Amino acid sequence: MRKVYKLENLGCANCAAKMENAIRKIEGVKDASISFITQRLTIEADEDRFDDIIEKAQNVCRKIEYDCRIVG
Amino acid sequence: MTKKQKQNLIRILTSLVLFLVAALIPSDGPLRFFVFLLPYAVIGYDVLYSAALNIVHGQVFDENFLMALATVCALAIGEYPEAVAVMLFYQVGELFQDLAVSKSRKSIAELMDFRPESALLIREGVETKVLPEEVGVGETIVVKPGERIPLDGIVREGLSSIDTSALTGESRPIDIGPGESVLSGSINLSGVIKVEVTSRYEDSTVARILELVESAASKKARAERFITRFARYYTPSVVAAALLLAVVPPLLFAQDWSQWVNRALIFLVVSCPCALVISVPLSFFGGIGGASREGILIKGANYLEALSKAEIVVFDKTGTLTEGSFTVSAVHPEEGPEAELLDIAAHAESYSNHPIASSIVAAHGGEIDKSRVGEITELSGLGVRARIDERLVHVGNSKLMEQIGASGRDCDRDGTIVHIAVEDKYKGHIVISDRVKPDAEKAVSELRRLGISKTVMLTGDSRKVAEAVGSLLKIDETRSELLPDKKVAEVEKLLSEKSKSGTLVFVGDGVNDAPVLARADVGIAMGALGSEAAIEAADIVLTDDKPSKIARAIVLSRKTMRIVRQNIVFALAFKAAVLVLGAMGLASIWLAVFADVGVMVLAILNSTRTLKSKS
Repeated sequence: MRKVYKLENLGCANCAAKMENAIRKIEGVKDASISFITQRLTIEADEDRFDDIIEKAQNVCRKIEYDCRIVG
Repeated sequence: MTKKQKQNLIRILTSLVLFLVAALIPSDGPLRFFVFLLPYAVIGYDVLYSAALNIVHGQVFDENFLMALATVCALAIGEYPEAVAVMLFYQVGELFQDLAVSKSRKSIAELMDFRPESALLIREGVETKVLPEEVGVGETIVVKPGERIPLDGIVREGLSSIDTSALTGESRPIDIGPGESVLSGSINLSGVIKVEVTSRYEDSTVARILELVESAASKKARAERFITRFARYYTPSVVAAALLLAVVPPLLFAQDWSQWVNRALIFLVVSCPCALVISVPLSFFGGIGGASREGILIKGANYLEALSKAEIVVFDKTGTLTEGSFTVSAVHPEEGPEAELLDIAAHAESYSNHPIASSIVAAHGGEIDKSRVGEITELSGLGVRARIDERLVHVGNSKLMEQIGASGRDCDRDGTIVHIAVEDKYKGHIVISDRVKPDAEKAVSELRRLGISKTVMLTGDSRKVAEAVGSLLKIDETRSELLPDKKVAEVEKLLSEKSKSGTLVFVGDGVNDAPVLARADVGIAMGALGSEAAIEAADIVLTDDKPSKIARAIVLSRKTMRIVRQNIVFALAFKAAVLVLGAMGLASIWLAVFADVGVMVLAILNSTRTLKSKS
């Protein structure tokens, strides 16, 4: 299934690209896309693993930009 | 400007003043260092902080780190003004980028600003203001003049005209009255209307368009993917080169340290691919937003990219190039006036609701006097038999004429022929055809002018009808008598004919052509706002049913791609030139700052041109 999240404090376009790349590599993620301009994260993944995946994605984002948060 | 942006502006100005003061004060040695450290600290403290934090997190090669490294190195080799300037311009660039992005975001939000805030609902005779989401199907809402229609529905009471420009780009008001359907997002102009709601808010036209445009940014174009991939290698390579440049010549060839560190700094300053990483997606975003303002909804940057390479355009006939509604195109009586023949036929067909019957009644235009009509028998697959003015009338196809022994005459016109016989005597026929849309010919000729190498029309209709429409519109090829599943096969055949880099565009009305829309490189559904299935299957949705919008969409997509290419070539060439000059010691750090910030600003300005779509 596909879900869309809003990203808070996403400050740089290059960071967005890095986050996108790192999130794609999380196990169980089929596809991920971050638009810096709309500040949106779109993730496609297995439904039963979604919560786990989002938590990992959150960690990835925080690592790349320390105050960046994924909100529902 | 947001509060944060204002703060940054103040910081930039403060630092600039301090910087100028520092430059004017004659100083040297440690004093000079401290004089310049002040503006540096004001403008760069957050960059240094983020850089430190990122290193802790194992993130090197981010913008903050690179800027921190470059400026700290500059300070270390005594290039104080340069250190401040690099940081200062970096922050100016960041602020500018921020402003440009929020401005584009805002202008898209504005043009998409037809999200209704409330609906005036009538429940048990009382008007209550509620959220559009709370209104159920079948309930009645009131829309006053000047208000936006919040939900799709059918007008039950009142006359008015509506402005649908937010949905279709068409600025001419449309008159509406009871029984006519209205789409959410249009503005009620003149009168109070009562509307029976036909869909929930989340299924309404407005909600669908918003969803479509907002999620378009998640489907990235190849050009965008290329840039992010490029950025992944570019920065580390340039930083590595900077390191070698700083260390190798002094160590191995006993060169002057500060000279080579200086050259390395130039590398660090231009090592950020920001100009591209921000301007390319911004161009696509603007292109998609600008197109949506003209009623062309593109579901992803990848489709915009594919559309710009259109090589073959395939049209479905009915509902796409033709109106899809039947009209009487000729009346051929054996004798007597045309009106008399039409009058008989219209009365005979007056009880039927078949589209052909309705078109005859519509062509008649006058009042149908049902007292003149006696018993009516529908003859399945043949036509009708009726008694009109006490005379036996047969209206139907040539088979019916054969059966009753009235020798019908063939017609050389294209379309459906309806024959009429009175008292078994042949009286003439009426030709009913689907009308070609007024702008269909222009649609095809514009495509040719744009260099589309082939236009094709597919239809389930007879060869005769198809070829008539095809030659009228000067379409390159027509393929007729196709069952719906054969259309996919035809498209596949055409796909194998096109060149590798070109794309095949299929245009349909979204009715029964979902598989073809999906199979084509770019599937365009027109006038399809009402059909969820069509919106789902198509890559591009035209909000109105004008085929000439296809050429316009191609023009817009090509313009966007041109801007994207300009930005990529300009930014890469400029940075490459500065790198080469910098390595040879011919570029100053000032030029490097321009290659970083200046190029980004120019690229962003260029990419915002995509938003200005009206030509």
